[in-house]
Amino acid sequence: MRGVTDGWTLLAIAGLALVTVLTRCFFFILDRPWSLPDWAHRALNYAPVAALAGVVIPEVVMADGRLVTTLLDARLFASLAGAVVYFWRRSVLLTLVLGMAVYLPLHLKLGW
Amino acid sequence: MFFLPSVYRHPEFRNGVRDMAPLAPGIGAWGLMTGVAMVKSGMSVVEALAMTLFVYAGSSQLAAIPLIVAGAPIWVILATGFCVNLRFVVFSLHLRPYLMHMPRWRRLVNGYFTADLSYAMFTRRFAEPPLDPAGRQAQQAYLAGNYGITWAAWMGLSVAGIVLANLIPANWGLGFAGVLCLVGILCSLANTRMRMLSAALAGASAVALYSLPLKLNIVAAIAIAVAACYLLEKRLPDPAVSP
Repeated sequence: MRGVTDGWTLLAIAGLALVTVLTRCFFFILDRPWSLPDWAHRALNYAPVAALAGVVIPEVVMADGRLVTTLLDARLFASLAGAVVYFWRRSVLLTLVLGMAVYLPLHLKLGW
Repeated sequence: MFFLPSVYRHPEFRNGVRDMAPLAPGIGAWGLMTGVAMVKSGMSVVEALAMTLFVYAGSSQLAAIPLIVAGAPIWVILATGFCVNLRFVVFSLHLRPYLMHMPRWRRLVNGYFTADLSYAMFTRRFAEPPLDPAGRQAQQAYLAGNYGITWAAWMGLSVAGIVLANLIPANWGLGFAGVLCLVGILCSLANTRMRMLSAALAGASAVALYSLPLKLNIVAAIAIAVAACYLLEKRLPDPAVSP
């Protein structure tokens, strides 16, 4: 699918745009005031972090559908370095910059 | 609504721009890498441009990339994007009294453009919703200036990233920059013990259930983590419950 525009993908993109509007405007789309039940508010607390972890952790620790069995993988070190930098300096941008600074040499020079 | 003269000629519009300006380079850099990551992960230029122009939500765009590339069904992509964006639902409850004086289409336009940083700056500057027409004008102008510069910085550099990505060889692996952004956002969201547990449970479940078809492992991982944290939270004594 590399580089080829695909109708289903465009449909998914249109859907994601609607999701942006729906979530950013959630409580002021309707004119009358309303609220969520208590359990939903509690679930809201945990769902975003769960969704991100569900997407990102397999992207880091898996290759070709299975758990990586070698430590010689640039993604592991880059992600670890990025996470440590985040908790040290609280900056997503620094996580990206330092993570790539670890990733690129390992990936390009050593082929990890 | 930075495109209306009545909004961008208001003096508060400039204050909104000025407050956000120091953060604009960081927003732009993130947009640049998102643009590069989309193309280098295998999306076409048209798809990447459409996504950046219409979706306008960095973390849900980045989370959708691996799902789109893997050919996941649309409902899985939308459900994941919805969950990633749920923080905005909380913001919208807070913003409601500030925006309800507007007709619906204006509320929707303002809501669509108000991302995390604009929400934070706007509610910090205006602790209370507007009381009179002058206050409404001022608040709307400030918000529009604030998200206007955010939007311009994000869009300009995202498009630059999409164009530049074609000049960079695929074997550099720059698609990984999107994953690293998500690692940073994940760390920023995991700010209580219960949320760290939610992240750990979801990550482990998504790996363990990887063989499920249609990327259902992600949906299952979210359900498992949220249900487990919800049930566990009810058993904990109150002080341990995270804010």
